[in-house]
Amino acid sequence: MPSDRQKKIRNFCIIAHIDHGKSTLADRLIEKTGTLTQREMEDQVLDTMELEKERGITIKAQAIRLVHTTENGEEYILNLIDTPGHVDFNYEVSRSLAACEGALLVVDATQGIQAQTLANCYLALEHNLEIIPVINKIDLPSARPDEIKKEIEDVIGLDCSDAPLISAKVGLGIEDVLKAIVEKIPCPEGDEDAPLRALIFDSYYDSYKGVICYIRVKEGTIKKGMKIKLMASKKEYEVTEVGIFRPQYMEVAELKAGDVGYVCASIKNVRDARVGDTITEAEREAKEPLPGYRPAIPMVFSGFYPTDSAKYEELKEALEKLQLNDAALIFEPETSVALGFGFRCGFLGLLHMEIVQERLEREYNLDIVTTAPSVIYRITKTDGEVIELTNPTNMPSPTEIEFMEEPYVKATIITPSEYVGAVMDLCQNKRGIFKNMEYIETTRVMLHYEMPLNEIIYDFFDALKSRTKGYASLDYELIGYKESDLVKLDILLNGDPVDALSQIVPKERAYQRGRAICEKLKEIIPRQLFEIPIQAAIGSKIIARETVKALRKDVLAKCYGGDITRKKKLLEKQKEGKKRMKQIGTVEVPQEAFMAVLKVE
Amino acid sequence: MERALYIHIPFCVRKCLYCDFYSLSDLSLQDNYIDAVITEIKRIDDKKFKSVFIGGGTPTVLSNKNLEKLLKSLSKFQYLEFTVEANPGTLEKEKLILLKEYGVNRLSIGLQAVQDRILKKLGRIHSFNDFLENYEMARRVGFNNINVDLMFDIPGQGMDEWKETLDKIAEVNPEHLSCYSLIIEEGTPFYELYNSGQLNIADENMDREMYHYAVAFLKSKGFIHYEISNFALPGYECIHNLTYWDEEEYYGVGASAHSFIDKCRYYNVDDVKEYIKLIYNDEAKKEKIFISKKDEMSEFMILGLRKIKGVSKGLFKKRFNEDVYDVFGQEISKLIEQGLLKDDGENVFLTRRGLDVANQVFVKFIL
Repeated sequence: MPSDRQKKIRNFCIIAHIDHGKSTLADRLIEKTGTLTQREMEDQVLDTMELEKERGITIKAQAIRLVHTTENGEEYILNLIDTPGHVDFNYEVSRSLAACEGALLVVDATQGIQAQTLANCYLALEHNLEIIPVINKIDLPSARPDEIKKEIEDVIGLDCSDAPLISAKVGLGIEDVLKAIVEKIPCPEGDEDAPLRALIFDSYYDSYKGVICYIRVKEGTIKKGMKIKLMASKKEYEVTEVGIFRPQYMEVAELKAGDVGYVCASIKNVRDARVGDTITEAEREAKEPLPGYRPAIPMVFSGFYPTDSAKYEELKEALEKLQLNDAALIFEPETSVALGFGFRCGFLGLLHMEIVQERLEREYNLDIVTTAPSVIYRITKTDGEVIELTNPTNMPSPTEIEFMEEPYVKATIITPSEYVGAVMDLCQNKRGIFKNMEYIETTRVMLHYEMPLNEIIYDFFDALKSRTKGYASLDYELIGYKESDLVKLDILLNGDPVDALSQIVPKERAYQRGRAICEKLKEIIPRQLFEIPIQAAIGSKIIARETVKALRKDVLAKCYGGDITRKKKLLEKQKEGKKRMKQIGTVEVPQEAFMAVLKVE
Repeated sequence: MERALYIHIPFCVRKCLYCDFYSLSDLSLQDNYIDAVITEIKRIDDKKFKSVFIGGGTPTVLSNKNLEKLLKSLSKFQYLEFTVEANPGTLEKEKLILLKEYGVNRLSIGLQAVQDRILKKLGRIHSFNDFLENYEMARRVGFNNINVDLMFDIPGQGMDEWKETLDKIAEVNPEHLSCYSLIIEEGTPFYELYNSGQLNIADENMDREMYHYAVAFLKSKGFIHYEISNFALPGYECIHNLTYWDEEEYYGVGASAHSFIDKCRYYNVDDVKEYIKLIYNDEAKKEKIFISKKDEMSEFMILGLRKIKGVSKGLFKKRFNEDVYDVFGQEISKLIEQGLLKDDGENVFLTRRGLDVANQVFVKFIL
């Protein structure tokens, strides 16, 4: 039975497709409950990272405690947990959901259900959350709330008869949302006197407090001075501070079963307090951890190299700093003949990789060359040994390979029906195996495919968007490994193989791909003082060739009178451009070449 | 060391379609402008110059009254070479006599091409015949040092037209020739045309063929190729332009003119009205950039290598008290290895291939 205290708590999150208004609704709830004054409000309060605001995505989970007074004067504590929305961070999302009893499902009244909404919604249903559908953007002329309600009922099976119709942007219907939260979402339960079990749903590194764990207390009580144990990492600490989010950290005496808050315990590294781990008491250990923990597993690997080799140590330090706050990022030193010293980094997905790259460039001012991302291939050798391959360069010679396997995903695509043909064609090209197709409504279709992860991490999402004028949405989950006929495709510049450009490709696509890559590189590599042959090879066999012709003319013949400064500026610009290129042997290769080789049809 | 003096006259009858220099075709400001320029000239303490150069724009669009005023203000100076730039169609007899009277001893005439069809395409105001008339008149008035500017790699010009241009110019025996290849500059009508694919310009191979042809042809006619784009009969190298390439100092007077004085580079405001307003309080100079020894060494190489005989190792040592190889040894050796530079013991200079890709060489000397 819930205690009287627990009866006044609601823990919930918001599920939405990108741009359907999740952050705006959160802003309105914060405003309406008076948690922040108008003056303190800025747009997308909960997205604190510059990158999050810019891209309109949530990367790290956030939480905030709202105090809502109902019409009859009762005070409720509403803990809103803002979750990342991208498929790369699915596991983080699942932990945030596990910290809640309910979820608001925000659907855009003009766009309807999208693949991402659906994926997160199913995730919420798996966690037995009470889901409240909320129809947003009803102020728009093209809004069709009734159709969307029916769609939600048909596709997800949620009753939408009293779904709040709102416009988060103009602040319409926010009261109804608050009312629904209080009335429909169950209050938390759990024995406040039982041995402590608290779920970590995110963690941050703070240089003063150490790691700050965001927790949901499921059972028991946690307070300052308590000896705690993390059940997965098996490490013990003493609590230095517990508190709540207002949204800034506010210390409180204790957190009890049902509460959402934070705990600090002089933990040095986010790796020791991973998302999903259970905090218990060291003296009075809980019998079992909370279900669902798994360490984050990187799925995509890429080589990160400083453009200027002298910046190796700086890159290392920057990666270490990012890792303090990102338990999913892994890296180890790697050497490339072409690129020198760098790191092989593992990421949850391509978005995660892009974020890390962007942060290195922006926050640490590093120029980075990244190599083509690769999945983990599983190779069974003729001697029976099984190896996992994350860097194409290390692929054993074909004679040593019995067979190779690559990871596959189940992909769900929702698209307007007029683009079904284009989408199917694309999936076919990406080696997709068609599973089935359902109509969500007469004009929209949901397609299921099994597809190599490798094909998805390339330019699949961009291609999908461009073929459907941006209307299609995609979600995917890993389903395991399947055998594939794969070969290593090498690229030679000026006769020398460039290890950083090697890729693993399906055998039947190798020729086509080799040709396309050579053509692409010809476009990207600027003409230099000598002719540069570009070749694609499988083993010792050359399968494609292009040539970058030698530069014939590069001279300022014009007389600028005494304006030496202008002449110098032009030369300085030219020099700047050269600096951003990577010298490979005698050839200068622009940074983007290493990624662009992926983006060939 | 004596300095050079440059005076900028930013007026033209009409702006050519490829030109991105600052100039006005509204001539109504010329009276005030010349007064302002004379004010700036009066502030100069030097009495003796290597050269005086009135450039533009088109200095000869000035009225004879203004031109005379300007020339008079310069008559207190001593110099070896006094050049005035002119465009065909603006050089009538009285003007030529005026120039001659005030000591101008060199003319630089912008012709560009001998085909009227091409001149029209460039937006020039004159025909080839206009040029010939002006040129002959100048000879008759007594000018015995004339430069003609030519351009290659221009729309509608093939190898045949270029050869014809060189032939016809060689026939009139100028003392000096400048051959520039057209550069499409941002902000010009040509830039727009080029970007919309409406400008048919020869490719790099043709450009180089034209250049190499000109070098060989003019050598056969007795010209010395002494700078990337410049050719002169023996003894007629342009003293003024050599000042720039030798990294020597100069005064720049007038709107948008650049100066290099006491190791600092300055430039005046572009805008003519702004210049007129500011000059009386001596506030027309916009920026002052100190050229450190390092900068100076870098510029000495970049500018010096434009000369065909290149940079003298002895002069470098004399000027900077350092051996050029101690400063740029790595760069020079690499460039020699790549066949772009040569060292004959006394000078370091561009090879034939180096001349074609000179920027690739210069960039190595940027610090």
